[in-house]
Order: sequence, then C-alpha cells, then structure tokens
Amino acid sequence: MHVPDGFIDAPVSVGAGLVAAAGVAVCLRGARRELDDRTAPMAGLVAAFIFAVQMLNFPVAAGTSGHLLGGALAAILVGPYTGALCVAVVLLVQALFFADGGITALGVNVVNMSLVTVLVGYLVFKLLLAVLPRSRRSVIASSFVAALVSVPVASLSFVLFYALGGTTDVPLGKVLAAMVGVHVLIGIGEAFITALTVGSVLAARPDLVRGARGVTPTLQLRPSAAPIAG
Amino acid sequence: MSAGHTHELYRPADTPVHHLPPQCKLVAVLVFVLVVVATPRDQFWAFAVYALALCAVAAVAHVPAGVVVRRMTVELPFVAFALLLPFVASGERVDVLGLSLSAHGLLGAWNVLAKGTIGVVASILLAATTEPRTLLLGLERLNMPALIVQIMSFMFRYAEVITGEMHRMRIARESRGFQARDLRQLRAVAQSAGALFIRSYERGERVHLAMLSRGYAGSMPVVVDVRAGAAQWGAAGLLPLVALVVAVTAWSLK
Repeated sequence: MHVPDGFIDAPVSVGAGLVAAAGVAVCLRGARRELDDRTAPMAGLVAAFIFAVQMLNFPVAAGTSGHLLGGALAAILVGPYTGALCVAVVLLVQALFFADGGITALGVNVVNMSLVTVLVGYLVFKLLLAVLPRSRRSVIASSFVAALVSVPVASLSFVLFYALGGTTDVPLGKVLAAMVGVHVLIGIGEAFITALTVGSVLAARPDLVRGARGVTPTLQLRPSAAPIAG
Repeated sequence: MSAGHTHELYRPADTPVHHLPPQCKLVAVLVFVLVVVATPRDQFWAFAVYALALCAVAAVAHVPAGVVVRRMTVELPFVAFALLLPFVASGERVDVLGLSLSAHGLLGAWNVLAKGTIGVVASILLAATTEPRTLLLGLERLNMPALIVQIMSFMFRYAEVITGEMHRMRIARESRGFQARDLRQLRAVAQSAGALFIRSYERGERVHLAMLSRGYAGSMPVVVDVRAGAAQWGAAGLLPLVALVVAVTAWSLK
C-alpha cells in the first residue's frame, strides 16, 4: 500500500525524503555502471514494465486479490541498482501524475518499497544462490524466498517510520502484528508470482536474468560442421 | 502514439493555472501539502480553509468536480484502513451510535483522512493542469538529475504501450478459455508477466538503437524552455501562502 500524506508527521517525512534521495543517487550511479549509455531507455522500459505488472491482479482467496509489488523481481531480473531505481521512478510517477501515494510521503514510500525491498530481496537471493547448487531450480527457489522475505521486511521498515513519526494512536504492537501479518500473506503471493515469472524468463531468455548470470551456461556461436551449399 | 497525443490525466484549457510554469506549480503543491501535514489535527476549521482554497484553484483552472472525485478513488483502500482506526486505537472510549469507539482513534482517522484527501486533491489538480511533458521539464528545472527525468519520461511514454500489451495478453488468454479462479492459475499469469518483461526489455534495446541512430549522446535535446519570472512565482505562491497563514494561526490558537 502506498502511504498517503498525513500518515507520518512532517519532520519524519522530510527525513525519509533525504534518505530516499541519497539512496536513489547511489542507485543512479550503480545503474549507470550496469547499463552505461543505455540507462535512460532501458530503465524507463523496465519501470514501465513494473508499472504494468503492478496492475496484474490475481485472485487469492474469498474474493480478495493480490498484486505484485515487484521489488525483488526487478532486482533479480535487472540487478539491484537498476531495479531499485526503476521502482523508485514508478513511485515518483505514481505520486506526481496519478495521485497514488502522497507527495510528502514519497520518501517513506521510496525507502520502504524500493530501497528496502530491493536490498533485502537481492541479498537473500544472492546468499541462497551462493549456498545452493548451481542450477535453474536453485535460481527459482532463491527468487521465491527472496520475494517472500522482502515484503514483510518492507512492512517492518514502515512500522519503524510509524514508530518515529506516526500520527495515529494505535499501539505499536498492534501495528506491528497487523502490518507484518498482512504482509506475510502478500509476500506468499509475491513469492509465487516472482518465482514463476523468473522461471519463465529463465526458460526463454536466460541471458536477461541478471541475478542468475554464471548459473546457466552462456550460449556460444559455433561454426557449423556442415559445408555451406553454394 | 500519434502526434498531438495528450494524456487523459491532463485536461487542456486556457486558464491562469495552466499557464503557470511547471516548476512553480510543483513547489507550490509540495509546500502546500507539507504545511497541511504539519497542521495540528484538532483545528478543524483550518482543514475547511485548505479545502476551500483547493476548490478555488479548481474553479480557476476549470477542472470539474466530477473529474476530481472520480480520480479520488485511488484513495479508497486507504479510506477503508482509516475507518478501522477508531475500533483498534487505544485511549478513552466514546459512544457513537451505540458503538464504543476510541476518541484518539476517531481523531486519528479524521487526521489521516483529511490530510490524505487534501494531498490527493492537490496532486490531481497538478496533473490535470500540467501536461506530463512540461511537468517533467519542471522537475528538470528544479535540479532533479537529468537522467532521472529521462527515465521518468521513457517510463511515462511507454507505460501505456506496455499496459496495452498486457491487456492484449489477457484477452488472448481469456479467448483461449483461461479463467483466473485461484492461485493454481497463477502459472499462466506469471508466464505472461515473464513474456511481458522480455518484450519490454527488447523494446528498450530497440528504442536505444533508434535513439543512437538519431544522434543520442547521453542527453535529450531541449525543445521548449520553461522559465519562471517573479510574477509567476508570486502567483503560484498564493496557495502555499494562504496555507502557511492558516497553519501558523492554527498553531497559535492551539
């Protein structure tokens, strides 16, 4: 959920904005390393993909439906810096053009949904991949766990902001239980769709899964043994 | 996308609000919402003044109330959450219509709803009176890194293309008899998402090559320049100024 204006008080919102700006600056530098002069169009199109895929609803149970947040997915597919940058740009566009998520809460939203989600998701993914055998199945399993963990941790970071500058008088324990409880459920949906999506990209274009580089053998051009008919 | 394409979020009109430079409007909205967020929540009259100020802006900008209300639906999930607050918050209880509610929770719900709604309406008015392209120019004027503005402009330009592609994929799935009933059908949806990623990524590569062949060397050409004079800053500053006066009064009355 995008945090709206007024949920977190003004000083903490401004502070979160500064943290977010610093984080995005680091991501911008990293994304330039990952993409060099292709940064603008590639990151733009990946951001458009995340924007679209966030609208992809799937029924969960009893009439409720879930949708993808995409932080872990973006990190695994295009790398952590570009991934975080793309999610941050999506949040920026949603706040400025679609009034989705408050303008003053932009910092809080970027820190929770872009920086924390991507960082946690990518770290978990890489750690698991380092201990698991190098195979397609490990990549898919690692993305499942990465997405599963990243969503509740992002909700923990929201609770932290709430503890610092929350404007309502709900006791912290209740907020913690409710937020983490709900986000564990969301995380399960996120985990399934992230793992299945990574799996399907891995099957068609393994070279496009940046997080799995070195896991699958790279394809090589070989001259054909058969003589060319002339 | 054909030439002269304007986004549905933007409502073209010939009003003073539309003519203001984008950077002035961006700063005005940001300061306005910050001031609103910093206003003490028990000064109910202050929020009425903020709402009136926004109504005045909407009237000057010829943005019909219906449009604003329809776009406000983006806020709904969060309204549902705010309505729960009086039931879960702690503190002394008050009886409203036979329900035992927390007084703090009621005030909290009001606080979140009022500030959130004013923020949403301010953003809606900004998007309705500023063409997306110009809004991005305004961001660049405010020293947002050029690369971020470029990424935003690409994202914005292709968001509709990619969502359109996703929509066609859904039609294709459904015309083959697919129905998403529960989690078991997730594999098909995820495979579409994977295909969508590959298509988006490859489109990005083609866009990059097309840009290179047109001489792209890291920065976009500046076609229109948006400069702001003191008068325009002054006009845009009216809204945050009113809010600031109201907020200071509210704090001193508290």
